[in-house]
Amino acid sequence: MPVQYSSIIDEHLTVRSNLGLFDISHMGEIEIRGAKSLSLIQKLITNDAAKMVDGQVLYTPMCTETGGIVDDLLLYRFAADRYMLVVNASNIEKDLEWIHAHSEAGVAVENRSDETVLVALQGQNAPQCLQTLTEVNLTTLDYYRFTAGEVAGIPTIISRTGYTGEIGFEFYVGAECGVDLWNALYEVTNAIGGKPIGLGARDTLRLEARLCLYGNDIDETTTPLEAGLRWTIAFNKGSFIGRQALVRQNDEGIKRRLVGFQMLDRSIARAHHAVYRKDQRIGEITSGAPSPSLKCNIGLAYLPIEMSKLNTKIEIEIRGKRHPAKVVKTPFYRASI
Amino acid sequence: MFPADLKYMKSHEWARREGDIVDVGVSDYAQAEIQDVVYVELPEVGTIIEQHKAFGVIESVKAAFDLYAPVSGAVVEINEGLEDAPELVNEAPYDAGWMIRIRMSDSSELEGLMSASEYQAMIEAEENG
Repeated sequence: MPVQYSSIIDEHLTVRSNLGLFDISHMGEIEIRGAKSLSLIQKLITNDAAKMVDGQVLYTPMCTETGGIVDDLLLYRFAADRYMLVVNASNIEKDLEWIHAHSEAGVAVENRSDETVLVALQGQNAPQCLQTLTEVNLTTLDYYRFTAGEVAGIPTIISRTGYTGEIGFEFYVGAECGVDLWNALYEVTNAIGGKPIGLGARDTLRLEARLCLYGNDIDETTTPLEAGLRWTIAFNKGSFIGRQALVRQNDEGIKRRLVGFQMLDRSIARAHHAVYRKDQRIGEITSGAPSPSLKCNIGLAYLPIEMSKLNTKIEIEIRGKRHPAKVVKTPFYRASI
Repeated sequence: MFPADLKYMKSHEWARREGDIVDVGVSDYAQAEIQDVVYVELPEVGTIIEQHKAFGVIESVKAAFDLYAPVSGAVVEINEGLEDAPELVNEAPYDAGWMIRIRMSDSSELEGLMSASEYQAMIEAEENG
């Protein structure tokens, strides 16, 4: 996946107003099969897989004993004894080791990343555009659901998920069909003025939608509670790795929180810039970029909880100079559908 | 693409001399590589800058890049239009997208810079390399 095909801003705005096509095959796919699949998964993740039905997708962190995030992933339930984890590219090997280390008899864990192509079609025109290529009735495919179905005659998994804040779909297909699927989707995308989208716009799109990027906003030193992912922790589902630490942190109250901010001048905050308040260094930026949709410069940072309220004035140190910013509501951008 | 009356730096800034005044910007090649210029940070008028030292920053959506001075001297004017319209660097890198005007202190420094044809050859060598 290139950083950009044409221009990051142009690609970004095209997804917001029309349609974009992404090759995100770098993502990892790990299959978990066998009678004990659910019990292994329940141990590994913080969210509750027991409530899932076939054809459902669940977003969840996978935590360490101390509540740090090993990875954040999408869990697909194909059947009661067959699941797929979609994990971050940089974490595939680490996740496999982690899963194997906690695995038990009666479960098969297989890395399907190399044989799977993943393509995303995102934007308000995605449903009508995709509908021309498939007999699957897309109006009945709800958010965070998936189904097997043909797209342009190619057998795929069609998933109503995405990482842009827009309506859209993601397609899992055998690598041997990847180019054909891309070409078919490209044709219908291009026909209505949509575009292929690179990594640069993928990052600004997800940032505006306040979707965490592993390695930037979350990692093994941050917990889902601190990252604003409390909704992904099913405290009452029974034991899971990290539960004790997260219960304790939840009871004691978190000390810092991942918040959104907006620059109050024209400077651009970037990851790792220091955040100050009244000459005290209070945190560090985890993601920062211009927001093509909002035409201002935005970012995410962990701030002490007492300094994380909306409209709190902060300062970002950029190349040795402090620039004013304020804490704002997230998501920065919400699709109008 | 690379006007013959300008001098160029390896770091892709151009210099246009008129007497002891030198205007500075970035080349068409640089703006095309950076794409969507979203912010340009320039020194204040009166700042003394040194040849080959960073005098400012140009930012794309993804990253920030230092701008290097082609000559030493005092900044006598900056392109204030870039504050509201940094995209001028993309649209007209040799004209409306200029960045700073320097009163140079040593005109011999210009001799160490590249001609348009030398600069073009450097880029072709990089692209083929």
